[in-house]
Amino acid sequence: MSTLVRGIGRLGGLVRGSIYGLGAFTRLFATILARSGIALKRPGLVSQQIHFIGNYSLLIIAVSGLFVGFVLGLQGYYTLNRYGSEEALGLLVALSLTRELGPVVTALLFAGRAGTSLTAEIGLMKAGEQLAAMEVMAVDPIRRVLTPRFWGGVIAMPVLAAVFSMVGIIGGWVVGVLLIGIDSGAFWSQMQSGVDVFNDVLNGVLKSVIFGIAVTLIALYEGWNAKPTPEGVSRATTRTVVSGSLAVLGLDFLLTALMFSN
Amino acid sequence: MTSDATSASNPLLLFKDVTLGYGGFTVLADIDIEVRRGQVVALMGGSGSGKTTLLRAATGQILPLRGTITAFGQDIAAASAGQLQALRQRMGVLFQQGALFTDLNVFENVAFPLREHTQVSESQIVERVLDKLDAVGLRAAAHLGISEISGGMARRVALARAIVLEPELILYDEPFAGLDPISLGITAQLIRNLTDRLDCASVLITHDVAESFAIADTVYMVGQGKLLASGRPDDLTQSSDPYVRQFLNGEPDGPIAFNYPETPAFAQWLQQHGGRS
Repeated sequence: MSTLVRGIGRLGGLVRGSIYGLGAFTRLFATILARSGIALKRPGLVSQQIHFIGNYSLLIIAVSGLFVGFVLGLQGYYTLNRYGSEEALGLLVALSLTRELGPVVTALLFAGRAGTSLTAEIGLMKAGEQLAAMEVMAVDPIRRVLTPRFWGGVIAMPVLAAVFSMVGIIGGWVVGVLLIGIDSGAFWSQMQSGVDVFNDVLNGVLKSVIFGIAVTLIALYEGWNAKPTPEGVSRATTRTVVSGSLAVLGLDFLLTALMFSN
Repeated sequence: MTSDATSASNPLLLFKDVTLGYGGFTVLADIDIEVRRGQVVALMGGSGSGKTTLLRAATGQILPLRGTITAFGQDIAAASAGQLQALRQRMGVLFQQGALFTDLNVFENVAFPLREHTQVSESQIVERVLDKLDAVGLRAAAHLGISEISGGMARRVALARAIVLEPELILYDEPFAGLDPISLGITAQLIRNLTDRLDCASVLITHDVAESFAIADTVYMVGQGKLLASGRPDDLTQSSDPYVRQFLNGEPDGPIAFNYPETPAFAQWLQQHGGRS
């Protein structure tokens, strides 16, 4: 009997904890949005974060994009070659990247590279009493620290996804045109005629903006709520990667169903 | 009575019958403290006696379980978020660990409150920050990163940051910890001079008897969860109270216990680990 009661109690605690976490997450999101005026008043704070989050992620994004483009070029060629439509390789590479791989892989890398550094930074600021010091100095840490980082992440993410897709297309072109010998004109013209700016490119951009919001917010939430100890910060950093990646994949399914189903 | 005269006679910080604690645990009870303009007040007590809890209560980081805390005539517990922000702008706080922003250098750390709360020009910021850094002897360290300076230097930078806005009430949490004898003497004198020059009030949370008695107007001693004694440094030095005597003379035996008291939670923990109470 007591085991059953304990089990029910644990389940109840889990449900209550999840609801509490979701509420706290939503409240933090609403607070950041309400204090976003600082992004317009002091754009320097946001551009600093775009530099920190975006520029320092460029190398990993560009290199990953190149290799994904190489693989897409190779795999796409093997499949299309069976049906004698290798010229459509450019279209296949571009659609795969702009619709799916660009936003999704960039967001996963973004969670690993920028998300973890945001969580660790906020968590360590908390552990070092820096956030408490700000509060006592009558400076709101959500407004001064979290909000510029949030907008930095949201702006950097679609730009990084665009860089990923662009470098990926170049990778596909290198493999398809330079190494395999597909006609360069066919590669680019098929891509040009088959890729729709609104349906494909803009939907991809919209996806990357939503992923940017989700991953950056998760990273900030985890840092903000991290236990102020080395172990607490390390756990929060891990949670950022796990929750951020799962959120990206889950959201991608939902968004793809909404955007591309006829 | 003029408004100036009224503000001069009213305490800047007032604890009235205050009980402080975390959750169900009471740290200090029945505390009465009064801090007036132009005064240096020392809050003294052993480690873990609740001195930092007093500072957290004075800044509104924790609310009293009982009693009222008034800063600049405003009840902190009744203040709205905006009013609390306004009160905090009139205070300067030196944190126990410094709490410097590690992503900013020495100059930017001290300039931080100026950039956040004032509209002064860059040249004025440079002038005021270098002036305060000069006061703590670190003018030539303005360009250094926080990881490049020692612990004692970091505390002096934190002190410069706490006074850069020239607040009306300055709270110092262990201002003398980690300082070498020269820095210690200069810092103590700086606190006294600053209080006199700005006509502000300073609250020192410390267990350094010699330096704080040299500059304080009033001393409050806390321990055993309550206010043990208060008065002018001379009065406390002459006191025959066994608590005061033990603390001031650093005697191992007396009413202030060195050992942390055993609690029911400890007894339970010990039992779980197979030990005996």
